[in-house]
Amino acid sequence: MMEKLALYMSYSFVRYAVIVGVLIALCSSLLGVTLVLKRFSYIGDGLSHVAFGAIAIATVLKLTNNMVLVLPVTAVCAVLLLRTGQNAKIRGDASIAMISVGSLAFGYLLMNISSTSSNLSGDVCSTLFGSMSILTLSKEDVWLCLVLSIFVIIVFILFYNKIFAVTFDENFARATGTNAGAYNLLIAVIIAVIIVLAMNLVGSLLISALVIFPALSSMRLFGSFRKVTVCSALLSVICAFTGIILSILASTPVGSTIVAVDVVAFGCCCLIGKVKRSA
Amino acid sequence: MSLITVDRLSVGYDGVAVEKDISFTVNKGDYLCIIGENGSGKTTLMKTLLGLQDPLKGTISVGEGLTRKEIGYLPQQTLVQKDFPATVREIVLSGCQGRSGLRPFYNKREKALAWENMERLGIAGLADRCYRELSGGQQQRVLLARALCATRKVILLDEPVSGLDPKVTVEMYELIRALNKEGITIMMISHDIGAALEYASHILHIGENFFFGKKEDYLNSSAGKQFMMQQKGGDVQ
Repeated sequence: MMEKLALYMSYSFVRYAVIVGVLIALCSSLLGVTLVLKRFSYIGDGLSHVAFGAIAIATVLKLTNNMVLVLPVTAVCAVLLLRTGQNAKIRGDASIAMISVGSLAFGYLLMNISSTSSNLSGDVCSTLFGSMSILTLSKEDVWLCLVLSIFVIIVFILFYNKIFAVTFDENFARATGTNAGAYNLLIAVIIAVIIVLAMNLVGSLLISALVIFPALSSMRLFGSFRKVTVCSALLSVICAFTGIILSILASTPVGSTIVAVDVVAFGCCCLIGKVKRSA
Repeated sequence: MSLITVDRLSVGYDGVAVEKDISFTVNKGDYLCIIGENGSGKTTLMKTLLGLQDPLKGTISVGEGLTRKEIGYLPQQTLVQKDFPATVREIVLSGCQGRSGLRPFYNKREKALAWENMERLGIAGLADRCYRELSGGQQQRVLLARALCATRKVILLDEPVSGLDPKVTVEMYELIRALNKEGITIMMISHDIGAALEYASHILHIGENFFFGKKEDYLNSSAGKQFMMQQKGGDVQ
């Protein structure tokens, strides 16, 4: 088994996949804690469907680099969703559900109408469940991912205290002079970047898992925001790494293997949390 | 010059006024209780005072070196906070957020201030405990300590004793009275007319009958008499 692993690791595309996978898992888990606590667990799912719709549009328009369209569209939707969460007529969960299924439907419709590819269902399937494209990353993709990840991590560390204040009590933060609107915007843009990045890895149906599982798992174990954040980052990295290695060894789909590992980790954390509390 | 002067203020949502023509002043060291029936606009008034929503009409002005951002706030607990994984220290420290501006981390002075306020409210021993594991009274103290980090002058309290048992309620009121004695101006929304009359120096009654003035005068006003009657009737039921 180790030989098989060593053989695979000698290929640069496998190494790239591991690097990118771990980075994406790290970034998504950082904001996961905030999103879960703000009752926006489902936003990852909603936004990834938006990204799916945007990809469909980009395909129809025959854009060579669909990032140009997908990233801004997703970011705008993220801003709208997080902003209306507080006082809107349509509550947060309903608006997420609406945008999510709406763009999924339109995306598929557009792809169907103007399909140029002979393997339509294959294309759709790989966008929804994560493609093998994580195994066909170019050096440029890896660099892009690296730069964006470092950006996300630095922003998160610099604004950590503000993100905490806005998450715990937005009204208090606003009343005492914190520009909560700006930080919500920041969170929205970052989450959009992460989701667009993560689409390649696990696909749009499974993205929520990367965002929420590490956060939920570490919330079973710790009672401090800092510990929860650090633990969820570590857990997410470990799960992503294990998942990618397992998927290589067992030739299973990358995305769903990572998520399966996340679920198992969540189960373990629940158990440990119970034991800890009863002790 | 008063600390806070409210002049013919109308508050409400989406252009529809819930309460019109509210005028009152708050001076340093006052203990003002805001009372009124359910739906009379108490919470809306508080949100407007805090700058969370704009007034429909009228003005709120501050004096004596107070800025609008220096009003501490003790909100009612939200659903999000009930299971929030954060330590007491983290939450109290977040009260310093407003004064730290764009600086990413808290400095020594802010950490010292947070610690001072935790000791002041008797929760220093709980500093590393998780907020969600605390009792209702302890949680209120944590939020009060956070409010004290944001201000040295005025605190707005929104129903500070709701959901607390009688013994803890009295402790909470005594704590607020002690803060008032230390020179912090208190503005409190309350359902509890009895406590309002016992602790407050001024009463603001909004709703059908408007009243603003000293506690002693309130008892003789028509608004006060009527409200007391209703409360007594309610107690009998």
